[in-house]
Amino acid sequence: MMGFENQGFEEAHLFSSRQEIQSLVLDEPLDGKSFSDYRSAMSSISEAHHPLSPPIVGIEVDDDPLLSPSSYMDRRNPNVSENSYLEPPSYADVVFSPFGNENGEANGFENSTHDSVKSEIISRSASSSSGYIKIAVSNPVKEQEISNSLVPGGNTYVTYLITTRTNIPEFGGSEYSVRRRFKDVVTLADRLSESYRGFFIPPRPDKNVVESQVMHKQEFVEQRRVALEKYLTRLAAHPVIKKSEELKVFLQVQGKLPLPTTTDVASRMLDGAVKLPKQLFGEPATVVAPHEVVQPAKGGRDLLRIFKELKQSVANDWGGSKPPVVEEDKEFLEKKEKLQVFEQQLSNASQQAESLVKAQQDIGETMGQLGLAFIKLTKFETEEAMYNSQRIRAADMKRVATAAVKASRFYRESNAQTVKYLDTLHEYLGLMLAVHSAFSDRSSALLTVQTLLSELSSLQSRAEKLEVASSKIFGGDRSRIRKIEELKETIRVTEDAKSCAVREYERIKDTLHEYLGLMLAVHSAFSDRSSALLTVQTLLSELSSLQSRAEKLEVASSKIFGGDRSRIRKIEELKETIRVTEDAKSCAVREYERIKENNRNELERLERERRHDFLSMLKGFVINQVGYAEKIANEWANVAEETSGYTKESS
Amino acid sequence: MQLDSLLLQQTSLSGSSQSPRSPSTQPFLSVSVTDPAKLGNGVQSYISYRVITRTNLPEYQGPEKIVIRRYSDFIWLHDRLFEKYKGIFIPPLPEKNAVEKFRFSAEFIEMRRQALDIFVNRIALHPQLQQSEDLKTFLQVDEETMERARSQETGIFKKKPADFMQIFKDVQSKVSDAVLGKEKPVEESNPEYEKLKNYIFELEEDLAEAQKHAFRLVKRHKELGQSLSDFGKAIKLLGACEGNSLGKAFSELGSKSEMLSIKLQKEAHNLLMKFAEPLKDYVRAVQSIKATMAERATAFKHQYELAETIKLKEINLDKLMLIRSDKVGEAEIEYRELKVEGEEATKKYEMIVQLMNEEIVRFQEQKTWDVGVAFHELAKGQAQLANEIADAWRSLLPKLEACSSAQT
Repeated sequence: MMGFENQGFEEAHLFSSRQEIQSLVLDEPLDGKSFSDYRSAMSSISEAHHPLSPPIVGIEVDDDPLLSPSSYMDRRNPNVSENSYLEPPSYADVVFSPFGNENGEANGFENSTHDSVKSEIISRSASSSSGYIKIAVSNPVKEQEISNSLVPGGNTYVTYLITTRTNIPEFGGSEYSVRRRFKDVVTLADRLSESYRGFFIPPRPDKNVVESQVMHKQEFVEQRRVALEKYLTRLAAHPVIKKSEELKVFLQVQGKLPLPTTTDVASRMLDGAVKLPKQLFGEPATVVAPHEVVQPAKGGRDLLRIFKELKQSVANDWGGSKPPVVEEDKEFLEKKEKLQVFEQQLSNASQQAESLVKAQQDIGETMGQLGLAFIKLTKFETEEAMYNSQRIRAADMKRVATAAVKASRFYRESNAQTVKYLDTLHEYLGLMLAVHSAFSDRSSALLTVQTLLSELSSLQSRAEKLEVASSKIFGGDRSRIRKIEELKETIRVTEDAKSCAVREYERIKDTLHEYLGLMLAVHSAFSDRSSALLTVQTLLSELSSLQSRAEKLEVASSKIFGGDRSRIRKIEELKETIRVTEDAKSCAVREYERIKENNRNELERLERERRHDFLSMLKGFVINQVGYAEKIANEWANVAEETSGYTKESS
Repeated sequence: MQLDSLLLQQTSLSGSSQSPRSPSTQPFLSVSVTDPAKLGNGVQSYISYRVITRTNLPEYQGPEKIVIRRYSDFIWLHDRLFEKYKGIFIPPLPEKNAVEKFRFSAEFIEMRRQALDIFVNRIALHPQLQQSEDLKTFLQVDEETMERARSQETGIFKKKPADFMQIFKDVQSKVSDAVLGKEKPVEESNPEYEKLKNYIFELEEDLAEAQKHAFRLVKRHKELGQSLSDFGKAIKLLGACEGNSLGKAFSELGSKSEMLSIKLQKEAHNLLMKFAEPLKDYVRAVQSIKATMAERATAFKHQYELAETIKLKEINLDKLMLIRSDKVGEAEIEYRELKVEGEEATKKYEMIVQLMNEEIVRFQEQKTWDVGVAFHELAKGQAQLANEIADAWRSLLPKLEACSSAQT
């Protein structure tokens, strides 16, 4: 099963080498002189081909196996090659035929074969055999910005035709094409990174602001086209992201991309909070702005939070106060560390792979140049030949030249393959970026949790303080109230005394009338009366002062009550804040856990896929090397055999 | 020349560096240049070689003779032969100056040793040069005598700058002739010879290019070897991150890369010695033909000018005889002397022409052979290398298979 699958894609792989070959060969500028030399050499050798071009040379057309690809075509049946795998008669024959698709297809077709193959390669391990998405980016078109630009022609941009073919049921169809511009891709990437935190999301191609200015326009657009295609293909290969709403929308919806674009602070202030994809949470978001919490505080969205989290991260760095939640997932930390080492080795390996490819390319090129130099000599000797020995030599040279040119071509093809296999290293290096950002998602989520926790604890302590303070205040109030009560009691008692005194005074007045005649009695009565009056007066004045005191006290205590009430309100509010924050925290913790889970799953996936991809890489690399080495060996062995006459005597 | 004898010559030539021919009934003279050793200090230091001669020729002192010679001794031999055997393509010497840095590198020394070996054997196998007294001297005299002979020859060396001056003047006069519209410079106008000249000049150019690429190919082999080795190390380290069977697969891939790196270095050396260097030797041979051509041009010019002078003298003599001048006797003597000289010059020139015609055939046959051998070595080496590469990688496949089946 495994072997079969592999074989299949290897076939495809080898099949699609044309583009790379071309770019390897033709992009490599041969210096003008030697180039014209080749031409002059070639023009007279009666073959019209450029010697470095694949269909080549035909110095010995008859028995050149490369010019009759049909025999290989038949054998390229995967079953055959699978068997040949273990007991290889000759890889060179069985495993591949790099010239399978040479018969002059149009460029576009080549591209698409190449591309679809590439996407297959990437998606192979990610998805089960059931669902595939093939994405092709093509047909870049320059368009005018509709906005009110003052300079006509100043604001142009390029849109690309993005064609999707899929059998994934979620897409509800099998083929779409939309036009998108790079900005839309940026939006897609931003939305994805918001929605799929903790996943290893393939990194978006760079904006390359500098390159866009410096590079030749067409070249730049083509480079970007390739990069976009690669990016989208990688997204489509991701088991989770390929089913995401965002990607679907991006690939399917005609016209303007409905995803919210990147938001700057100003627009955010105007629009209020952006509507973020709700599928983040299965449950409806009840908590106050939970999506704010589950996003890292970046991009000027929430300046205050940025500051807070910055402070928190500073606090973490300074290590003075231990953050409430630390990364305690030992397994994760271990894996992270291992990944760091892995990344280092990966980057080293990819660098070495690059220089290996370069060296292989160089040797092939030099071999080719040597071959061409001999072709030239062959031609020269043949033209000038006066002696038989010259003709013999010319024939020998021709053999060597042919072999060298063929070997050069094999080197080049082999190199194109090597590039493709070792590209896995690069892919993974790119992926490490995604891993990094997933990890930073995790740590920023952790940071959010930590920030919220510390905020919560500070809130709680504030609430406690307030409560303590207000309980003290209550105590004071009570004594004041008691005082008022006492005062009121006094007032009441005094009032009783007063009414008593008044009653006594009335009684004395009545009695006065009865004993009018009695002077003595009158005198004493008068003095009684005046003293009773005095008592009444005294009592009255005392009463009024008591009342005013009571009033004052009441006003004072009502003031106190009012203050208490506001303080209580404050406490209530604080409690509410704490509750909200707590909700936010638990939300953030959930988010963190989710990211953690994503990290873990992705790590597992990465490990699994890496194993598979690396194995494929090794196998591809090795088979390729074996195959081409065999081909080269055959070429030279023939020449060695043909020239063996020269050494028979001496050996 | 018969192909058989050529074969014999060539085989002994190519085999001579390993072991001299075993004695046989046929006359033979075989030389090997061995054991390069560095002598002296600093700027004065030089490499000396052991030159072993084995022969059954009666003119030689004995069946085996060993002498110590240095590079300048070889130059001496070359220059002597060049002076004495006009018209013969004297086998070329390896270049005198290498970049100082590489002068004592093992590779350079070995390359030069091989080239000197081939040089002296070519002389020993050349039908005319073989007879040379100078060769006998070179192969047999003790070191002091050799040194004396070499220092005496400074006369010849001194003559060289004069030659260069002559060449310079020739060029100058050619230019001025062209400018002043004077008659054409004295040159052979034989179309066949013109063709040969063109052939040689263009051949040198084309060969130089091929040779350049050959040396570059050597370099590329080394570079690829280095890259493979680095790649192998990096892959091993990467494999260490994997652990388990995949890690092992990586590590083995790395080891194979490193192993192949060594093979590539080896092949680079082989390529240098057996392909690139012979090609360069070919270029040198062509340059030696050019030197002979210059000699031929000088000889031609000499005899032409003499012939012209003789013609004038003859007219002058006739005139003198008509007026019965008393200078007739003197003029007649002068005329006769000139005539003899002219005949000699013509003979010398004709000799050169004849020798060259023979030599060209020899040259072509020899080069066909040499290049054939070089081609064979190239093809053999490349085939072997490619096979080794294929074998090394192939041996990994079962392990990778096992690894991928273990995975599923």
